[in-house]
Amino acid sequence: MWDALQFEFMRNALLAGVLVSISCGIIGSLVVANRLVFLSGGIAHAAFGGIGLALYLGFSPTLGAALFSVAVSMIMGGVSLKSKHRADTIIGVLWAVGMALGIILIDLTPGYNVDPMSYLFGSILSVSKADSWFTAALDVVIFLIILAFYREFLAMSYDEEFAFVVGVPVRFLYFLLLCMTALSIVMIIRVVGLILVIALLTIPPYIAEKYTNSLWKMMVLSSLLGILFTFVGLWLSYSYDFTSGATIILVAGVAFFLTQIIHSINGRTLQAHRR
Amino acid sequence: MGAPAIEVKGLQFSYNDTPILEEVTFSVEQGDFLGLLGPNGGGKTTLLKLLLGILKPCGGVIRVLGEVPHNAKHRVGYMPQNTDFNINFPISVLEIVLMGRLYGSRIWGRHSRKDHLKAEEVLKKVGMWEHRYTPIGYLSGGQRQRVFIGRALATDPEILFLDEPTASVDPEFETDLFDFLRELNKEVTILVVTHDIGVISRYVKSVACVNRTMIFHKGGEITPEMIDMAYGCPVDLVAHGLPHRVLPAHEEE
Repeated sequence: MWDALQFEFMRNALLAGVLVSISCGIIGSLVVANRLVFLSGGIAHAAFGGIGLALYLGFSPTLGAALFSVAVSMIMGGVSLKSKHRADTIIGVLWAVGMALGIILIDLTPGYNVDPMSYLFGSILSVSKADSWFTAALDVVIFLIILAFYREFLAMSYDEEFAFVVGVPVRFLYFLLLCMTALSIVMIIRVVGLILVIALLTIPPYIAEKYTNSLWKMMVLSSLLGILFTFVGLWLSYSYDFTSGATIILVAGVAFFLTQIIHSINGRTLQAHRR
Repeated sequence: MGAPAIEVKGLQFSYNDTPILEEVTFSVEQGDFLGLLGPNGGGKTTLLKLLLGILKPCGGVIRVLGEVPHNAKHRVGYMPQNTDFNINFPISVLEIVLMGRLYGSRIWGRHSRKDHLKAEEVLKKVGMWEHRYTPIGYLSGGQRQRVFIGRALATDPEILFLDEPTASVDPEFETDLFDFLRELNKEVTILVVTHDIGVISRYVKSVACVNRTMIFHKGGEITPEMIDMAYGCPVDLVAHGLPHRVLPAHEEE
C-alpha cells in the first residue's frame, strides 16, 4: 500500500476519495431519508447526456455533466411534485433518454475516440487536481448550506407535511437538495462511474442510519464509511489490478451485507430480551 | 382577533375526478372546541389538510384566522393521524418536538433557550420528558402519539388541529388529554377529528359531521339520543334536537 503512495496519481485518487466521500455522506443521508434514491439514479444516468453534449460541442465534460444533471434534476423534481403517481415512470424515461442522447452525441463527435467506460465505471486514478479543487469547493458549499438549514432539512426529511405546516420552505429546500445532489453525483461519477453512483450514495447512509441516533451523526458516519470504502477499494484494486470503481462498490457491498446480517442477529436477540 | 377562526364557503375538492368534498360551508368562532365526526373515507382528514394548506381546494374559499390557509402557518398547530411513518429515522423525541418551534427561526440558527423551555413544558405536559433523548423508533404507538401532540402544542398555536389524537393511546391518557385540551381551549381554538362519541359529548362545544359535504352544528348540548343516532349513523348527528330533520344532501346514498 505505502509504496503506491509515492505515485502522484495515487495521492490524487485518495484525496478525491476523501473529498467525494464527504459530500456523498452528507447528501447521501438526505437522499436516503427523503427517498430520492431512484431520482438520484435518474440524475446520474441522464448526466451522460451532458457528457456527450460537452464532448460534441467541445467543452469540459465535467461542466457539461454538471449543467445537464442540474437541469434534469429540476425537471425530475418538478415532475415528482406535480404527478406523484407517475413520477417514477417519467424519471425512468429521462434516465434512459439522457443516456441514449449521450451515446449518440459521442457517435456524432468527429474524430473523438472517447472511452465511455471511464464515465460508466469511473476512473478515480485519472482524477485531476482541478477536479479535486472543484470537489473541495463543493464540499464547502454543501457543508455551509446544511449548517445554515440543518433544522429545516431535518424537519423536511422526517415529516415534510408538518414542516410545511409550520412554515419551513420545503419546496425551496427540496430543489436546493436536488441541486446539491446533482452536483455531488457529477463528482461521484469521476470516482466510481455513473452506473455505480447509487451504491456510493446510499450504502454508507443506510449502514450509518442503523448505528446513529441523529441526522448529523448519520452524515458524519456516512462520510467516514465512504472514505473507508474508497481507501480499501483503491488498495485492493491497486494490489490485484481490479477496476477501481467496481472494487470500491464491492467493498461497500460486502460491508452492507455484513451489517445486515449482524443487525438481524442483534435484532433477534434484542427482541428476545424485550420479551 | 375578530375574524372567525375558520371560515369556509362552497369548498370543493376532488381527487382524480372523484369528488371528496362538495359544497362545504361553515365557520368556527375563535375559542370554539369543534369535534369533527364522520365515516372513514368521508373526507375528515382531507378537510383538515385543506384547512392547513397542505392540499389546495378545487373551488370555494377558505380563511383561517382571516387568512389564506398557509399564510396563517405560524398560528396553527397540527397533529397528523399517522405517527408511524419514518419509524427508523434517527431522530429523538426532543428533536421532533423542537420541529414545532421552527417558524421565524434564523438561519444558521440553533434553537433558542425559549424553544427549549417550551419543548420541556410540552413534553412534561404529555408525560414524555424522561424520554426526550429516546429515538422515535423505540417508542410504542401511544407514546409516539403523545410526542406528536407535544409537537403540535410546541407551536404555541391559536388554532390546534388534531387528527384522531387518541387512536392508540390508553384510556387514562385520553381523559387526561381532553381535560388538558379543555383547559387549553380557554385560549386556543381546537378542532379535533375523532371517532369517539363519548369524547364529543363530554368535551366539545360544537360538532360537525363530514361525509362528502358537511353539516355543522354550533353550540348547544349534545343529547343522549343524538349520541345514539351518531352510533347508528354519524350523519344523523346534525339533526340535533330535531331528530328527524336530516338535510337533503345527507340523505342516504
